[in-house]
Amino acid sequence: MLEWRRRREPSPAMLYASPLIAVVLTMLIGMIVFTAMGYDGFHAVRDIFLTPFLEPQRWADLGVKAAPLVIIALGLAIGFRANVWNIGAEGQYIMGAIAGTGVALATYDMTGWWILPAMALAGILGGMAWAAIPAFLRVKLQVSEILTSLMLTYVAVQGLYYLVRGPWKDPDGFNFPQTRMFTTDQTLPVMMEGSLVHLGIPVAVIIALVAWLLMEKTTAGYAVKVVGLAPAAARHGGFSADRVTWATLLASGGLAGLAGLFEAAGPFGQLTPQFPTGYGFTAIIVAFLGRLNPLGIVFGGIVLAATYVGGEIAQTTVRLPQAATGMFQALLLFVLLATDVLVRYRIGWKVRAA
Amino acid sequence: MTSIITRRRFNFGAGAAAATLPLIGGASAQAPLGVGFIYVGPVGDHGWTWTHDQGRKALEKEFGAKIKTSFIENVAEGPDAQRAIRQLAQAGNRIIFTTSFGFMNPTIQVAKQFPKIHFEHATGYQRAENVATYNARFYEGRAVIGTIAGHMSKSGQAGYIASFPIPEVVMGINAFTLAARKVNPNFKTKVIWASTWYDPAKEADAAKALIDQGADMITQHTDSAAALQAAEQRGVFAFGQASDMSSFAPKAHLSAIVDDWSGYYVSRVKAAMDGTWKSGDVWGGIKDGFVKIAPYNTAVTPAARAAADDVMKGIVAGTLHPFTGELKDLKGEVRVKAGEKASDEVLSKMDWYVDGVQA
Repeated sequence: MLEWRRRREPSPAMLYASPLIAVVLTMLIGMIVFTAMGYDGFHAVRDIFLTPFLEPQRWADLGVKAAPLVIIALGLAIGFRANVWNIGAEGQYIMGAIAGTGVALATYDMTGWWILPAMALAGILGGMAWAAIPAFLRVKLQVSEILTSLMLTYVAVQGLYYLVRGPWKDPDGFNFPQTRMFTTDQTLPVMMEGSLVHLGIPVAVIIALVAWLLMEKTTAGYAVKVVGLAPAAARHGGFSADRVTWATLLASGGLAGLAGLFEAAGPFGQLTPQFPTGYGFTAIIVAFLGRLNPLGIVFGGIVLAATYVGGEIAQTTVRLPQAATGMFQALLLFVLLATDVLVRYRIGWKVRAA
Repeated sequence: MTSIITRRRFNFGAGAAAATLPLIGGASAQAPLGVGFIYVGPVGDHGWTWTHDQGRKALEKEFGAKIKTSFIENVAEGPDAQRAIRQLAQAGNRIIFTTSFGFMNPTIQVAKQFPKIHFEHATGYQRAENVATYNARFYEGRAVIGTIAGHMSKSGQAGYIASFPIPEVVMGINAFTLAARKVNPNFKTKVIWASTWYDPAKEADAAKALIDQGADMITQHTDSAAALQAAEQRGVFAFGQASDMSSFAPKAHLSAIVDDWSGYYVSRVKAAMDGTWKSGDVWGGIKDGFVKIAPYNTAVTPAARAAADDVMKGIVAGTLHPFTGELKDLKGEVRVKAGEKASDEVLSKMDWYVDGVQA
């Protein structure tokens, strides 16, 4: 008979293998479910998870989709390590885009190399400012940052609607609620002709490396981990939990804001009511899929990006409904949490006492 | 196949004539022509996207194995659309229909990279050598249902769930209100902006809020049947949008504006096959078969029926234009002079409301 045996120590091998097992299990379950529903399950799963990697013309799409997910997830993971649960990255992402767009509209008739860096800076500050509210409420009033950060997302969405319909509406836009298109000096340079590949993609990789160095090689990173794992020990060690709360929320807010600015000044080229696409929420899956490890997150972001890009391919090839994409993403997180049990337990045969 | 041809009531000159000829030989020896569609909602919305998908199915029925259609649904208006359109282009489609206003910039951008592929963008105003635009004169249908609303409303107040204040939507609100006020000069239309084309929960909430404010007629420029279901629950009347939605609200559903894209799609795909495809702009109305009116509910009074039929006949005959002057905006400025009809130019830039609209 099979039984679960508790490991003496968490298995380091399983720590890294379980996300891979989760991806494979998701593919298998998806295949069975969609076959049972009358679709070509094998092709559906192949087109969602493999085709985006096999066709070079899709790589650009993967990068464009993965970059914001990775940047946001890197910030979230730092907080999650410290038990700081910023669920409102979507709101910080929107506020970053709004702040950057504010700079863009103010510099509309100007030119210069400095405009884009100024927009990026505004984006970071906008995201940080939005994340500072939950940080303040948690440190000063012990209000759960899960609730406040989540609810502030909806405030940010309404703020966006107000701006694009009112003061920031494009005067030449036939009354459509959207801002002007940004000028060349306000748009991220396109790195591949005929695609949306922008500067944000290499920047995402650089941020991942920096985050990895920060978390693994510095005292600050160590403080974050200790506060998360053993708050009492952290207090004895002189690490301030409040400071870590502030720092991690500001870092995750700032990165989400930067991702928002990159999206506004990159693929969108303007702000529209369709701007919030849920990257801030999907990035939570990415963070966990990447094991809260900065380098793992790059891998997680690419897998999630594949489900978006591949979901569209599967729509055209096997006519899988679009909702299947969301289902695969949810299934992935679900299976990932389930396979986590393998880190602490292993499966063995129960030997009957003779 | 024949049923589609005989049902066709519009005429596109040479294109339509060619479509009724036997299919030109040789086509069968070639690979099927790829026809792609980008939808803003799910095909199951039973509204806007559903009607475009009916058009796609009409193509399959008409051309059979000579074409291969595919679609991507629920595509967000923005960079996701550019990726989806490019994917259809790279997949070898020869003609691609992008069926929402917000796909305009993405369509133009992708079209630049694929000069040999024909693109068709619904409801937009930007064209190119390989990008044509097409739209339906929904405002004609709005004038018909507005007439019914004017007759049937007891409170003299309609609730209008709108998406975005672009000219197409503004035009519909105005046409509906103008027609209702011809019947009841005190008629009022309250508008709620849903800021989405498709979100059943939001649409239903908006409908309930409007009913709470006294509206007993619900109409919408969003794509689901949720508002009709809300009206059915609360015992007020409503109109279907884009397709006959009576099955969702048998009592509330007085009629509907029905979109029919199949005739246009067949003619354009035929042109792509024959190599006669050209960019252009087509704006078809009731007369052209783009816009139809669903059967009236038995609750519609004989007087309302007769008045609605008259409006429809007048529009088809060309004796009635829903935007005939004098029309003033809310500030009192004359926008269409007395006795004049609003030109297409004026309509396609409409950003002002007529008396009786509370937007």
